[in-house]
Amino acid sequence: MSRFRLPKGGRIDRARPISFRFDGKSYGGFVGDTLASALIANGVHLVGRSFKYHRPRGIMTAGADEMNALVGVGADQTRYTPNMRATLVELYHGLVAESQNRWPSLGFDVGAVNDFLSPFFPAGFYYKTFMWPKPAWKQLYEPVIRAAAGLGKAPTASDADRYMQCYAHCDVLVVGAGPAGLAAALAAAETGARVILCDEQREFGGSLLASDTDTAIDGLSAIEWVAKAVEALARHENVTLLTRTTAFGYYPHNFLGLIERVTDHVAQPDPALPRERLWQVRAKEVVLATGALERPLVFPENDRPGVMLADAARTYAARYAARPGTRAVIATAHDEAYRAALTLKQAGVQIAAIADMRPQAEGEWPAAARAAGIEVMTGTAITGTRGRMRVSGATLARIKGDGTAEKGEQFACDLVLMSGGFTPSVHLFSQSKGKLIYDEGLKAFVPGASPERNRSAGACAGETGLHATLESGYAAGEGAVRAAGFGGGLSGRSLTVTEKISAGGGFAGAVPHGRNPSFVKAFVDFQNDSTSKDIKLATREGFLSVEHVKRYTTTGMATDQGKTSNMNMLGILSDTLGKPIPEIGITTFRPPYTPVTFGAFAGMSRGELFDPARRTAIHDWAAEQGAAFEDVSLWKRAHYFPQAGEDMHAAVNRECKAVRESVGVFDASTLGKIEVVGPDAAEFMNRMYINAWTKLEPGRCRYGVMCREDGFVMDDGVVGRIAADRFHVTTTTGGAPAVLNMMEDYLQTEWPDLNVWLTSTTEQWAVIAVQGPNARKVLEPLVGDIDLSAAAMPHMSVREGHICGVQTRLFRVSFTGELGFEVNVPADYGRAVWEAIWASARRFDAVAYGTETMHVLRAEKGFIIVGQETDGTATPDDVGLTWAIGKLKKDFVGKRSLARAQMSNPQRKQLVGLLSLDNRSVLEEGAQIVANPNEPVPMAMIGHVTSSYWSSVLGHPIALAMVKGGRVRLGDTLHVPMPGKTLQVKVVEPVFFDKEGARLND
Amino acid sequence: MQKFSGFSLIRQALSGHQGWQAQWRTPEPKASYDAIVVGGGGHGLGAAYYMAKEHGLKNIAVLERGWLGGGNTGRNTTIIRSNYLFDESAALFDHAVKLWEGLSQELNYNVMFSQRGVLMLAHTVHDVQSFKRHIHANRLNGVDNEWLSAEEAKEFCPPLNISPGMRYPVVGAALQRRGGVARHDAVAWGYARAADALGVDIIQNCEVTGIRRGVNGAVEGVETTKGFIGSKRIGVSAAGHTSVLMAMAGVRMPLESYPLQALVSEPVKPVFPCVVMSNTIHAYISQSDKGELVIGAGTDAYTSYSQRGALHIATHTLDAICELFPMFRRMRMLRNWGGIVDVTPDRSPIIGKTPVPGLFVNCGWGTGGFKATPGSAHVFAHTIATGEPHKINAPFTLERFRDGLMIDEAAAAAVAH
Ligand SMILES: Cc1cc2nc3c(=O)[nH]c(=O)nc-3n(C[C@H](O)[C@H](O)[C@H](O)COP(=O)(O)OP(=O)(O)OC[C@H]3O[C@@H](n4cnc5c(N)ncnc54)[C@H](O)[C@@H]3O)c2cc1C
Repeated sequence: MSRFRLPKGGRIDRARPISFRFDGKSYGGFVGDTLASALIANGVHLVGRSFKYHRPRGIMTAGADEMNALVGVGADQTRYTPNMRATLVELYHGLVAESQNRWPSLGFDVGAVNDFLSPFFPAGFYYKTFMWPKPAWKQLYEPVIRAAAGLGKAPTASDADRYMQCYAHCDVLVVGAGPAGLAAALAAAETGARVILCDEQREFGGSLLASDTDTAIDGLSAIEWVAKAVEALARHENVTLLTRTTAFGYYPHNFLGLIERVTDHVAQPDPALPRERLWQVRAKEVVLATGALERPLVFPENDRPGVMLADAARTYAARYAARPGTRAVIATAHDEAYRAALTLKQAGVQIAAIADMRPQAEGEWPAAARAAGIEVMTGTAITGTRGRMRVSGATLARIKGDGTAEKGEQFACDLVLMSGGFTPSVHLFSQSKGKLIYDEGLKAFVPGASPERNRSAGACAGETGLHATLESGYAAGEGAVRAAGFGGGLSGRSLTVTEKISAGGGFAGAVPHGRNPSFVKAFVDFQNDSTSKDIKLATREGFLSVEHVKRYTTTGMATDQGKTSNMNMLGILSDTLGKPIPEIGITTFRPPYTPVTFGAFAGMSRGELFDPARRTAIHDWAAEQGAAFEDVSLWKRAHYFPQAGEDMHAAVNRECKAVRESVGVFDASTLGKIEVVGPDAAEFMNRMYINAWTKLEPGRCRYGVMCREDGFVMDDGVVGRIAADRFHVTTTTGGAPAVLNMMEDYLQTEWPDLNVWLTSTTEQWAVIAVQGPNARKVLEPLVGDIDLSAAAMPHMSVREGHICGVQTRLFRVSFTGELGFEVNVPADYGRAVWEAIWASARRFDAVAYGTETMHVLRAEKGFIIVGQETDGTATPDDVGLTWAIGKLKKDFVGKRSLARAQMSNPQRKQLVGLLSLDNRSVLEEGAQIVANPNEPVPMAMIGHVTSSYWSSVLGHPIALAMVKGGRVRLGDTLHVPMPGKTLQVKVVEPVFFDKEGARLND
Repeated sequence: MQKFSGFSLIRQALSGHQGWQAQWRTPEPKASYDAIVVGGGGHGLGAAYYMAKEHGLKNIAVLERGWLGGGNTGRNTTIIRSNYLFDESAALFDHAVKLWEGLSQELNYNVMFSQRGVLMLAHTVHDVQSFKRHIHANRLNGVDNEWLSAEEAKEFCPPLNISPGMRYPVVGAALQRRGGVARHDAVAWGYARAADALGVDIIQNCEVTGIRRGVNGAVEGVETTKGFIGSKRIGVSAAGHTSVLMAMAGVRMPLESYPLQALVSEPVKPVFPCVVMSNTIHAYISQSDKGELVIGAGTDAYTSYSQRGALHIATHTLDAICELFPMFRRMRMLRNWGGIVDVTPDRSPIIGKTPVPGLFVNCGWGTGGFKATPGSAHVFAHTIATGEPHKINAPFTLERFRDGLMIDEAAAAAVAH
């Protein structure tokens, strides 16, 4: 075993060894290790390169705050993930990881030349240069900048894993399962409340997992206490325990996003399991027990591999039995570093010295360190380090009375530990829009009041000491569960805790060093390589707001989102600007707390499930016939029915001819259908639609047009009056949801006095259109109880009866200009009735036709399609529908807007027909129309082609268009400029076939 | 103004960058100004700059309640394009693109305008019709926009999934090669620095709390958190908060304010060459020079002034991104935020006069006003300085909603951003 693996202790399972690869080299570790702990246990410290200067970097933390040790994980591209924090990657057998942002290798990285050129690359340098010569930005500078930036590489193959989502409600959500969170969960669970406890780590316990051997809670060791607590929680049915689960976002009304990593730690995951699960939790009360993060010290060369946070080093030794070095120099402004020193000393690390910036250090921990024979130098700062791929020495210097540093003394070491104190993790609290209060003692912000129902406990609330933390956890759990409405069951408890107390305090800002500032780099944001110099430069340049400094220097914008850099940036700003920290303020905390996989947000919403595909009852029949389909909103619609060897045009030509000459059958089931019912149904229709409905007899239909309140056409469709108080409304396929929404909106907010119900019946009815001169003959044998004769059932009527023994609403309507019926039957019978109609129709050489033929046929008749002729800017009059407006109605949606001056401007675009003068060019839909083809660009466009087809029936192309003042241009020749040529068109009435409508009324 | 160049950078490096001056002053407000712009976003700062530069006004202030560029300017996904359908919009946005093309040099500030091309995906027959209509109209307006087949689109943007088996297969795309992205903060800072150099007072942390009007109804100045500041000409350029400000002068605006979200991934090496927009399935994506995938989401369904959106909106955007680019499924969201966008009934901006003499407004940019920044600022400056609109913004009046002369780009194409 490596000499950096301690012979005993730790939460690793020595019975389960693991082998893994890093940068092509094989190493060993144990179950329970993270990639970082295993690398440390193998003596590997160089693991990455920084963003800008490509400086060699090691492992600095032991948790979510890691900013340097980012690796790409995954043996192949279908499971490769870049930028993973080695400190959070759990080791499994066969894990493959690689370092990033280096070429050709981690040890020899050409990009490191940036480090030497760094004087030319201060913060924001790119705003000041690369402007000349102008084209070089696109051709040279930007490509070079882009190639240099970025960290890991995105995977190149499609992700092989699946992701799931679930929703949960609970009374109390506890975030974080350290001592405070466990205590809170215990207190809440006792009452029978529904509790969810989550923690990002593989096991509950938080800081207790790395606790000192002599810490005791109620007579138990810390680890025993954790085990007992977890066991107690697991016994409650109402408690959900989620390990490996990060609460990443706090949204309004106590809605939190949690991400659970289900299989990332497993070598051969169960294929039935998703990789991750997104939990969306609505909690009555939230307890935040998210702990605190240690602050680095900002001193020159504080970034070398082997420089670590003190508490992280302690964690590696105590929790992972990994020795982070052999000889350590410790720099601190807080007592916790002494605790680290003692743990490490026990683990066989020689402690060269502890340099404490504070003038005195007299607490329990410093006393214990001194007693253990560790050299303690108070009033002393660390002013630099040596070594390149690994730290090899540090300089410690006394701080003078004026706050500057003397010349220092060198200490050889392979480990430098630092502690600037602890910053409470207030990320989620701040996301809840809670107010933060500055605590001068802690040199950090702590939670104040939140508009949400939450409370913070333990270190994230600024508590120090285990006893206080547990107390605050119990109190928060009790408070939360009471607030959630649970009384009783809560007992006062007395705790006994054996611990040594750390004195608070800490430091935020730049450590004095007495060296020439031009030649040293003291990093604030390690990953982004922003230094204290950069922050000072920003203030010199007038960037005084903390948000400006952040953006100009990119401090806090790296993948750790400022977890370790924010407070130091504020400290430096406070010094430089001579303003106290609270007056400077703090940048906004934004979700997510740590990065969250895109795939988890997408969940099952992929492929077929990305959007539900809606299929009609007749869909399968059409598919069996070889129909081509098109997407229309969520629906799959049969587009055309090609026969062997036919392309779309050939198929459509054939289908059109057959409908005009004999009969065609069309699946119209996708049209939206809304049942409008109630004593005030007619009044409601009068208000919603431009048409008048009062006088429409039951059994008759009317073509209805609906406007938005701005007076523009929104939707249309045939409406049948089934009874005095009942309308069968149809809408366009795509418009159905919007129409129903608008109807409900008006009904509920504007006209609550109307007694009307609205029900979507789109899915209830299958609709089979039978169109063509033989349509009646096709249906007659199938319909028993409805007289289909022209006299009994004229055009635009509706009857209820039976077809093939199935209840039907039979409409006589036509969107083709032919004699036509639309058979509505309950969707379950749709296919059977369709097949019966089809069998009957076959006797007449019928075709099944699709939407394309429907489009051509209706265009020949000049019927508009909302969304094609109209585009949300056309009034009813623009598209020739003035006749539909109920002139005597007092009001309808859009009426007031239609009265506006410009709505009756004769120069508005109006619907016309177009014929190509050459009689053969089919215009392109969307082509623009001009009056003067010789005008230079920009040309005055007076219209555009909305629909254009070859009409096989007429033997020439036809088009519909919207043309300015079109109705007075009938007979004019206009021009359609296309790339390379200009087509001539004649403006005609927008009806090309059977102008009198004789066939319709047959 | 201290000149920025590679040379000055090298020279400063030799003195440890001690010689850089503040990019703008931090002045106290004067008692009065010839013109005041409310709102220190790109549009407001730009307007002050062009007023000073092209209209000879020297005594101008920009009042910003927070920090420069802290509104939507510093929150947007920076998509720039001008392939709008209607003549009025094409003229306005193309005016902006032309100014973008020389903006770094004009301001001596690298705004990193990157003309990497904006690809708009068509998924349905309806999309094709709509895009073709745009392309033809753009061609006749002298605005570049071309049709690509699905295969050509994939060639232009290799990560694109054009498999016909997709729920909404890509059937083609419209490409504007002159479109692209820019560095949002640099736009605010560049205009601020250049305006300051021309004498404009940029006053941050100065919230306007009232608009004072005289007996004749004309404006006399603004009440602010730094006291009253007089001016007979006030231009409001406050994006999502325009309604609030205009209400201070008694003007009710046809605006609704919604949260709009964006997010970025962790930075990775270059993988995404251009900007891709899909309106049908709601996804907008590009990669910043820093390496982050920059993704725009939709607006929330409800109006609000809280600068954050709902989780399900971001969720929906990411499923669309994963559908179009399945290899990004393992990428991770690093940061997610929202801004408040001001939406007009026809989704086009309002730039012009108001019923209150001396009060001008530039708003209604909704989800897509960053691209217009230089153009809008330029014509708004003209409007405030001369009292009359420039011919490019003449159609974008407040009165058009009364008269019905809408410029409805959204209705025409359901296009955002
Ligand atoms: C998430 C998101 C993504 C977007 N993506 C794009 C895109 O890809 N492409 C695109 O073109 N557009 C996009 N936009 C829209 C674009 O950001 C805006 O249209 C544009 O930036 C508006 O600029 P502005 O200067 O008008 O507003 P802002 O930058 O918002 O400036 C207005 C300023 O007014 C200040 N203010 C408000 N009230 C007061 C007061 N009472 N006193 C003083 N000051 C006040 C605010 O603090 C603010 O700084 C997006 C917007 C968002 C939110």
